[in-house]
Amino acid sequence: MSPRDLVGFAARALRGHRLRTGLSLLGVAIGVAAVVTLTALGEGARRYVVSQFSQIGTNLLIVVPGKTETTGGMPGMGGVPNDLTLADAEAIRRGIPEIDKAAPIAMGTETVANGERRRQVALIGATHEMLEVRRLSLARGRFLPELEWDRGSPVSVLGTKTARELFPGEDPLGRVVRIGDWRMRVIGILGPRGQQLGVDMDDVVIVPVANALRMLNRSSLFRVLLQVRAHADLVQARDKVVRLITERHGEEDVTAITQDAVLSAFSSILGALTMALAGIAAISLAVAGIGIMNVMLVSVSERTREVGLLKAVGAGRGQILLAFLAEAILISSAGGLLGLLLGWVAIRVLVAVYPDLPASPPVWAVLAALALSVAVGALFGVLPARRATRLDPVAALAGR
Amino acid sequence: MIRLEGISRTFEVGGEPVHALVDVTEQIAAGEHIAIMGPSGSGKSTLLHIIGCLDRPDGGTYELMGRDVGGLDEAALSLVRRHTIGFVFQFFHLVPRLTALENVELPMLFAGIEPPERRERAMGRLRAVGLEPRASHRPDQLSGGERQRVALARATVLDPKVVLADEPTGNLDTASGRQVLGLLEEMNASGLTLIVVTHDPAVARRARRVVVLMDGRVVSRVEGSRIHEALEALTGGGNGR
Repeated sequence: MSPRDLVGFAARALRGHRLRTGLSLLGVAIGVAAVVTLTALGEGARRYVVSQFSQIGTNLLIVVPGKTETTGGMPGMGGVPNDLTLADAEAIRRGIPEIDKAAPIAMGTETVANGERRRQVALIGATHEMLEVRRLSLARGRFLPELEWDRGSPVSVLGTKTARELFPGEDPLGRVVRIGDWRMRVIGILGPRGQQLGVDMDDVVIVPVANALRMLNRSSLFRVLLQVRAHADLVQARDKVVRLITERHGEEDVTAITQDAVLSAFSSILGALTMALAGIAAISLAVAGIGIMNVMLVSVSERTREVGLLKAVGAGRGQILLAFLAEAILISSAGGLLGLLLGWVAIRVLVAVYPDLPASPPVWAVLAALALSVAVGALFGVLPARRATRLDPVAALAGR
Repeated sequence: MIRLEGISRTFEVGGEPVHALVDVTEQIAAGEHIAIMGPSGSGKSTLLHIIGCLDRPDGGTYELMGRDVGGLDEAALSLVRRHTIGFVFQFFHLVPRLTALENVELPMLFAGIEPPERRERAMGRLRAVGLEPRASHRPDQLSGGERQRVALARATVLDPKVVLADEPTGNLDTASGRQVLGLLEEMNASGLTLIVVTHDPAVARRARRVVVLMDGRVVSRVEGSRIHEALEALTGGGNGR
């Protein structure tokens, strides 16, 4: 019996029970659609985070004050970590050859005003290097000038939203804004960027880091971003930075994180989440399999006489097994294809509703869902098919 | 052709053994036309099933075309059924979702014959039973006689050596029954061995030899011209049921 004849015979049998076949097929379709859609969501979340990170820049080393590890020391006895100062940043830039660029960052919240128009925004103290290290773009004007880091300058760069809100219908370039008690000239406007790691980069004001520290009345930086020359040097550079600061402070009180470490941590967490979602969705496929088994059992008992006849005309046990198994697999694989279609539609709807989410199912999930749907048919079709092959031909012909 | 020796078959019904066949010994030559008669429960269908390799005897030996069938496994038996034996049943046993043509093709499907040849041979058989114009009809669109003729075409499409017919006219009106018997006899005339199980004397009378079973035993064998009178005596001139 050729495979084509086998499939033809099975398809013929299924067409006799459209509703029953359709419903069990739908069960598989929903399972497969769930696998595809949920993994697309998980994968979308992962890609979203990864793209957020890579927008900040690659080969990035982030130095933050404080030790994140929780080893040793009584609570309260370790004390507040030493400040991470501009001088520290300067020392890193000068002392470690692997570092290409360093961008010290100070951060706080301040009120920015143009006359009576006020706005509470994130105040970022930065240097000229930030433009490149954080991959910022300018819509208009220019970024902070190259200065000695400890020298201030009464200039500022606004985020697009800040600029729009403070200067509606006007050109902010060359105008003066008040930040706290300070008067700063607007020299540039950032290109639109949107939310980035919790900071709305459209609603910020950037001033030279020396000015920012004075405005915020602080001596410690928020963090120092370091751009390493080569990706291979990243870990080595990280260790050197920590050693240098430890030397300067007399204790290890900073943490240096590579961009890769953060990225892979997020990526693996979200990857695990995707797997978990796929697993949950796979359960619905198993339920669909039980539906197929049920339908096939009914089919076998309805067609007892037919099985008897097939035996009488010389069909072997293997052939009868294959014929019924083919029916189950036909239901499940057609369900799988329909499920892919449903999943595709669901993902398109998702992407239409959340355009920022790059939701698309990973290839492994699509293949696994299809393979699983075929396997479900084969697995849950075996029991009914074996029941058919074991029928005694004489009894089967009599309908017993 | 067929040699049965000391065949017995016992069923368990409600914990009680029922002896369907007891020590049946019979020889059937190629090309014979035999009727197996007997009242309900006499074991005639069981005998037919054993001859057709659908059932196995508990005792005795069965040789089909010089081969001991008793030792064959399930796979070998299905090949014997496929190539040596054609079945015709009282209730036709056509597959309801398939057309007449597809029903006739069914044995060839499992024998792995290619579709074009399948179609051609099935069409030829339908023509032989006068149903070519009905090829695309499904069983529920055919009369009883037509259904049995389709079943006949199916039984012979793989050129078997023996046709086993279990009450082939039992569900037909007299005219259709006569037509079906006529076709069976035509096939017999062309060399096919024909074994008919019936309790209808009118059917049995047409055979060249009649084997009468009672309670699983062969109680008489009659041949040729004596069939008529023997049947009269056996059934008391009436129908068995």
